[in-house]
Amino acid sequence: MSNKSPLRLDEGEQLLTGWGRTSPSLAKVVPVSTVEQVQQCIKVSGPRGVLARGLGRSYGDAAQSGGASVLDLTAMSTIALTASTGSVRVGAGASIHDLLLATVPAGFFVPVTAGTRHVTVGGAIAADIHGKNHHVEGSFGSHVSEIQLVDGRGAPQSLTPDDPQTRERFWATVGGMGLTGVMTEATFKMLPITSSMMSVDTERCADLDDVMARMIERDSQYRYSVAWIDSVSATGRGVLTRGDHAAVDQLPVAKRATALDYGPKALASAPGLIPGGLLNKFTVRAFNEAWYRKAPKSEQGALQPISEFFHPLDFVKDWNRVYGPGGFVQYQFVVPDGAAEIIGIALRKLQGVGAPSFLTVLKRFGAANPAPLSFPQPGWTLAADVPAGIPGLAAVLDELDELVANAGGRLYLAKDSRQSPEMFVRTYPLLTQWQRTRNQMDPKGIFKSDLARRLSL
Amino acid sequence: MNDALGDPQSVLVLGGTSEIALATVRALPRNRLKRVVLAGRPSPARDAAIAALTGAGIQGVSAIDFEAKNTTEHAVLINQVFDAGDIDIVLLAFGILGSQDEGEANPDLAVEVATTNYTGAVSVGLRVAARLKSQGHGSLVVFSSVAGDRARRSNFIYGSTKAGLDAFAQGLGDALHGSGANVLVVRPGMVRTKMTTGMPEAPMTTDPEVVGKIVVAGLRKGKNTVYAPGPLRFVMTALKTLPRPVFRRLPQ
Repeated sequence: MSNKSPLRLDEGEQLLTGWGRTSPSLAKVVPVSTVEQVQQCIKVSGPRGVLARGLGRSYGDAAQSGGASVLDLTAMSTIALTASTGSVRVGAGASIHDLLLATVPAGFFVPVTAGTRHVTVGGAIAADIHGKNHHVEGSFGSHVSEIQLVDGRGAPQSLTPDDPQTRERFWATVGGMGLTGVMTEATFKMLPITSSMMSVDTERCADLDDVMARMIERDSQYRYSVAWIDSVSATGRGVLTRGDHAAVDQLPVAKRATALDYGPKALASAPGLIPGGLLNKFTVRAFNEAWYRKAPKSEQGALQPISEFFHPLDFVKDWNRVYGPGGFVQYQFVVPDGAAEIIGIALRKLQGVGAPSFLTVLKRFGAANPAPLSFPQPGWTLAADVPAGIPGLAAVLDELDELVANAGGRLYLAKDSRQSPEMFVRTYPLLTQWQRTRNQMDPKGIFKSDLARRLSL
Repeated sequence: MNDALGDPQSVLVLGGTSEIALATVRALPRNRLKRVVLAGRPSPARDAAIAALTGAGIQGVSAIDFEAKNTTEHAVLINQVFDAGDIDIVLLAFGILGSQDEGEANPDLAVEVATTNYTGAVSVGLRVAARLKSQGHGSLVVFSSVAGDRARRSNFIYGSTKAGLDAFAQGLGDALHGSGANVLVVRPGMVRTKMTTGMPEAPMTTDPEVVGKIVVAGLRKGKNTVYAPGPLRFVMTALKTLPRPVFRRLPQ
């Protein structure tokens, strides 16, 4: 018997949560910077297992694992761009932010970006993130040509979607929430650009039907499209922004010489201590009114920097703190086109429970990829932030889950922090196929997250 | 694991036939509840508790043999329960009232009260705390009593065991601070249960259901201590400040 108290904290142990700041758990955070260190951690893993964590931007419990060794891979962030082909080989811990800083001046943009650039490449693949271009270009994993990963036996693997030997393991890793192994590197194709500006069309839409009709009608003409919905208005009015990268000759002559300059900044940081209840129907109503009015009624071809168009969330650092100590959940689901009415029902139900959300986003998805746990499928996706402490929220979200499942839709694991295991099993029909592949890659069940335990993955 | 809205998946009840603990289980949100383990002596009362919870629509209720006084068996038992899956909430709810007069006449009986209520709780509480800390999350709810706030002539044997238990639980909570696990100390006043049947009712006597709701609300808010009913906190604060000669003269 050791004399050390089992109740004392060990070195490196810290409480981890997702971006929503709910359900913390204690883990031993281990910084790693080489493949050998990753292998060593897997070799000596304890009964609670191992999990890779990037920048902790998944909203729920995907990047935390109570009692486990949580590997911090942010030091594995090398970036090697081959300008002749646009192919880039990136350490799994590199962020999209790092990547853009390195590649935009060279005339390249990431194939897919989420609403924040502070996600790692490993996280982007593990969650198979989508962006405003999903309806034409699919999700992140669809652009990846190779993944380097250490599996549950500690063996390094090189996975590609083209090799029949590795195809299944590749797609199990895309969207696999880090449960098939620790990714250390990935290779994917970048998009050539000639300026760091976006050419953006903005339309204010009177109500939800108007938003959706305009998206159905003309989304296909744009590479990027997204609608912000005023979640507290009775009509579901919104602002539709669509666009593409501006070509250098669309810029004013004076700016063409510096067309690829790129210098995003976070403007402000949310204060450290914010009382609960600051966000309420009234403050959100005021914010939404201002946000709606700030958008031009109709504007064509306005020039916007990349960060303003893609990463509005990054202008306030640590904005997740505005929801106060109780944290928040982001509810994001997808439903097929035939069940479009669920978007309106969801907005009304969230209004009904008094859940104020200012970042409510509507988007059309294109085709799914072969990854069994990838979230996007053709149809509509809605994402809404909701403070976690609202009374009655659990029941309303369960009701919505039921509607979404009945319609053939599902929830996004990178956002989820509360769905039931039954809901998950029912809405991801390829789960057993994924589990078979995962069990081959991790026969001893070393890779574990709180999400995996919660949903019995 | 509790989900983001605070709904638990698994509960362990130490003292599986405790009416207050069972009322607490019934008061928990049950949308995600899939495992409830009642640890207690094999008895018709334990069978009835399983049947009652299951009948109330709670899934996955099972029992395991547990005897608070047999501290040498606790390690195996606690490991067995936690090895089968994480436990989100542990209710430490066993205890006996004993008889003050009989205890004074026959100290062996008093020792039994002390062994069960205090020694048993120290043994199982430390083991539970170690497992909660190593899983990185979870709550231990310790059912103390206002009787432990200040020892009274009429029941100081029982009261002193609760005083010890209460101090132990507070320290344990401090030890677990920052570990993802936490301890909630519950100090009920007199509660209408079989333990108190036939006794004259004290002021502010309450029902198990009320205590259960207060515990669940306290867990949700991350409290360290709750009284049941809540205003007892002020009564006890006042009583604790009374000088001994005055306190002795209060009706017992």
